Amino acid sequence: MSKWDALPGYLSERDGGDMPTVTVEASRIREACEHARDELGFAMCVDVVATDYLGWGGKGVSGYIGTASGRDLMHPMTQGLQTLPELKPRRFAISYHLLALQPGAPRVRLQCWVDEDEPVPSVVSVWPTCDWHEREQYDLMGIRFEGHPNLTRILMTDDWEGHPLRKDYPLGGEPVRFTDEE
Amino acid sequence: MTSTVERSQTYDGTRIPPRVPTILDVPDELRGSEDVFRINFGPNHPSTHGVLRLIVDLHGEEVVGLAAVIGYLHTGFEKTMEAKTYWKCVTYPERIDYVGYQNNELVFSLAVEELLELEVPTKAKWMRMLLCELNRIHSHLVFLGTSALELGAISMFWYCFRERETILDLFELVTGQRMHTRYFQIGGLAEDIPPGFYPECRKFVEWMPHALDDYLALLDRNQIWLERTKGIGTLSAEDAVALGQTGPNLRASGVDWDLRRDQPYLHYDQVDFRVPVYPNGDVYDRYRVRMDEMAESTKIVRQCLDRLERMEGMPWIADDRKVVLPPREELHTSMESLIHHFKIVTEGFRVPEGEIYTAVESPRGESGCYLVSDGGPKPWRIHFRSPSFVALEATATCMHRALVADLIAIVGSLDSVMGDTDR
Repeated sequence: MSKWDALPGYLSERDGGDMPTVTVEASRIREACEHARDELGFAMCVDVVATDYLGWGGKGVSGYIGTASGRDLMHPMTQGLQTLPELKPRRFAISYHLLALQPGAPRVRLQCWVDEDEPVPSVVSVWPTCDWHEREQYDLMGIRFEGHPNLTRILMTDDWEGHPLRKDYPLGGEPVRFTDEE
Repeated sequence: MTSTVERSQTYDGTRIPPRVPTILDVPDELRGSEDVFRINFGPNHPSTHGVLRLIVDLHGEEVVGLAAVIGYLHTGFEKTMEAKTYWKCVTYPERIDYVGYQNNELVFSLAVEELLELEVPTKAKWMRMLLCELNRIHSHLVFLGTSALELGAISMFWYCFRERETILDLFELVTGQRMHTRYFQIGGLAEDIPPGFYPECRKFVEWMPHALDDYLALLDRNQIWLERTKGIGTLSAEDAVALGQTGPNLRASGVDWDLRRDQPYLHYDQVDFRVPVYPNGDVYDRYRVRMDEMAESTKIVRQCLDRLERMEGMPWIADDRKVVLPPREELHTSMESLIHHFKIVTEGFRVPEGEIYTAVESPRGESGCYLVSDGGPKPWRIHFRSPSFVALEATATCMHRALVADLIAIVGSLDSVMGDTDR
């Protein structure tokens, strides 16, 4: 039992080096955030960030992995064997980094997983600061935040096509004017 | 204080616009009125600190509507970094916040080092602190000089840039570059601290308190400055927290919060400094917080110097050949070093799988780096939490019953760097 499983939509949790990560159901993220703010004291949402896991683990990675104590020569990856990273449940992860303004600076990462075109409830009503954070993730990653009062592009121009931070959006894929072909 | 300016206390309740938190709507009784005049402020305007566009509705001289449009400096740093090895990524974070560059470089280095579980030598930690605090003074000087310039105090600009120049000379002495130094490496510092740095830095530390006295003498009894700043652009503590404000903007609203003290990184738990907090949340208090922080940073720099001077000959970068470039002279004598050098530069080192969020107190507030690694040599996803981006969200709330002349003072006092905002 931990203090996290009272969160609405609680699925799982794991400890990280920086802060615990608590996975909750995407459809209940707003209730979870409200609970974290009102019951657990996380007064501030510092960041909202989406990650695209398309192609994650598609090719194995091998090679030298460093640890604090030195080189683990018996590690399969150090021996040249390819290992696959831990597979993810859906394509997109949305992480809400919360901070409590208390001694010790407790932090938590609330995370939810969605597939393409699956909406996530907006948390602007919980933290007004999420207005621009959500617009940025919509703009660059194409996450639709349902109930957001003004979900428009923020960093790219209004007529931009596609969402640049997605893994299927090529680097340097935008048309360049005044090239030789033109 | 001989001021005669009456200071309004911060308001009760909340002033965050109810419909969209970042857009100030024209009030119903004025909507459609011919007296309301919509103007476009920016994007290329000298007092926007870069390229910020504000769509402002004016009723006479009063600002009754405001929406900020950003993105003019969006360069896609996050996408670019996903295509580079960590070793090559180091230069990018500095260019995101081009005024607080050392701090941004630090937050990226800390994130990668934490995933690598790499222990940084203590000398490097102290030197990083020293440079970050110099950088904080540098950033606040730019803020003070340009904000005062916008409000008509042109001589402040020259005084501030005089001290800024000294700091840039110190950076050049250590790193060879005035800005964007690439001096912090994954694992420590790029080079040892050169001889002659400590005495030069001591001279600066001895001089800086006098310079701060000069600034106070010029501004703090200047009736025009006080009239233009006191009681303008207020932000209550409750609204500041709800709007995610950090750093000087939060401390000027009366919230006693500083990551250097409350979540210490490097060796900030071993230095003695005070966190300045002011209660009124107006433009004047934001200026005072930064003035006090410059004095505190000078104190921290002095304490770092005391430690560093006793660390002659100690290592400045971790001794991990799989991550850190071998010393240059070894390349001529050691085959193995040459191979390591080649592998790190071409292929990059690998960072264990995981996700991490690190945060430092940059001159503008909490600067964060969220990093996801799949175990390969390039970041899978990297995201910077930029304090300027969040600070600009507060413009609509601060602009309550402001005049068009106050708009300049308020935007300047939030101290946003547009490179940091747009990334």
